[in-house]
Amino acid sequence: MILYSISFYLFSTIAVFSALMVISAKNPVHSVLFLILSFVNASGLFVLLGAEFLAMILVVVYVGAVAVLFLFVVMMLDINFIKLREGFLQYLPFGALLGLVLIIELGMLFYTETYSEVRLVEFSNKPLIAEIENTKMIGEILYTDYFYLFQISGIILLVAMIGSITLTLRDRGKVKRQDINSQNNLDSKNAIEKKKVKLGEGI
Amino acid sequence: MLNQYFFDSFLIPGLIIIAQILAVVVPVLICVAFLVYSERKVLALIQLRRGPNIVGPFGLLQSFADALKLLTKENIIPSGSNKFVFLLAPIITMVLSLAGWAVIPFAPGLVVSDINVGIMYLFAVSSLGVYGVIMAGWASNSKYPFLGALRSAAQMVSYEVSIGFVIITVLLCVGSLNLTKIVEAQQTVWFAIPLLPMFVIFFISALAETNRLPFDLPEDESTLVAGFFTEYSSSSFVLFFLAEYASMILMSSMTVILFMGGWLPPFDIYPLNVVPGIVWFTLKVIFILFLFIWVRATFPRYRYDQLMRLGWKVFLPFSLLWVVVTSGFLVIFDKLPS
Repeated sequence: MILYSISFYLFSTIAVFSALMVISAKNPVHSVLFLILSFVNASGLFVLLGAEFLAMILVVVYVGAVAVLFLFVVMMLDINFIKLREGFLQYLPFGALLGLVLIIELGMLFYTETYSEVRLVEFSNKPLIAEIENTKMIGEILYTDYFYLFQISGIILLVAMIGSITLTLRDRGKVKRQDINSQNNLDSKNAIEKKKVKLGEGI
Repeated sequence: MLNQYFFDSFLIPGLIIIAQILAVVVPVLICVAFLVYSERKVLALIQLRRGPNIVGPFGLLQSFADALKLLTKENIIPSGSNKFVFLLAPIITMVLSLAGWAVIPFAPGLVVSDINVGIMYLFAVSSLGVYGVIMAGWASNSKYPFLGALRSAAQMVSYEVSIGFVIITVLLCVGSLNLTKIVEAQQTVWFAIPLLPMFVIFFISALAETNRLPFDLPEDESTLVAGFFTEYSSSSFVLFFLAEYASMILMSSMTVILFMGGWLPPFDIYPLNVVPGIVWFTLKVIFILFLFIWVRATFPRYRYDQLMRLGWKVFLPFSLLWVVVTSGFLVIFDKLPS
């Protein structure tokens, strides 16, 4: 079990350290890279908890897709992040309040009796490695007890997606588009035109 | 006895783990060397040339000579670059291309770590591969690498989506995320036959995911010099080079496991099922790798908008449709794996 504790402290220390570096690094790209490091370590913690499916989903969704686009945007944008930082003290009370709310909510999870048959958080100090596959367990709860909540969160994501598309969709005037079919159907008869050009006149 | 305890619970398991890692990584790296050689040889034969034929018998040692040459060169770090990230990028790329091998089952029971979410792990590792490229492009602080990095970020994220749907289709037929179970589910028929369109989509997406021709826009030498590794030299270049080929072999193994029955013989009849599983596995991987090289020699490079169109407008709807069709088929005929 000592290896378990060593890896737990390793993952959690790096996760907390990199989370601190996210907000304290001067270079925004470094911030994003530390954010990714933090995600990866969090997924390591999930593996230690025996939640291997969640760990992999965290890496695939957040690290593999969301953070890539985030990094992409941060590299491209020319934002003066030093200027943004100036409002640090101004936003501090608000941020602290948000953090407090989050901590209270997470704490409440431990005392939630039942939404469904299954308790949300089981108090345990050892990894639960059940006989039944993790993925199956999640599926059995997600698509039965939490079906409506799951669908609602899906719809919220859909609304957000449509919203961002409508925000960026605009008429760009004349855009030259490639029509693959018409291009494939070209042959020598309709692609080339023969013209008799008179001397000194041109077309 | 503390000493005895330490010996039994740390040293021996630790040594076994290290030995297992070496037993996978060293053959992979040797395979990479010969893959580079065979790629040059096959390309040469397709283009009616002779290819490498000086170093060693039939030029077999050419890759080792190249590696030695590159490693003894000076490692130049551009003065405007972000040194730490610049040096970290090739290391990350190399580590990620080797990390995936931990879950690949070469034969029944012959796997370093037989985890329940094997295919998810492979998917996660291959989706992390983009970071090496982006970091290299950004840290070089020069325009061609940066353009290469931007291209690769968009390209790899786009093609991951269709790879994800293809994997879901296979999982619907298997009922497990464990790679060993995926192979065992193909006892009767390889998934390449009932799911042929998915097999083709997966292969093409694998080309895009490993930045191979005809989708090698991140390194596109005719427009971007060498893309994201323009500024790299010597050993850091070697790491990128090795990583590209190692992830090629990894993606081929993934294709073989998902669609071509892994270590299973093509027919379960006498002379074929005596051959050890690892031989079948290797032969299938070599076949897929040959396809990779064949495609490289045959097709011209895609233009960037065509690449995006193919990913989002052709593969994504088609693979989504196949997920629905496959699950509908399985439900109607009551073939869903329990």
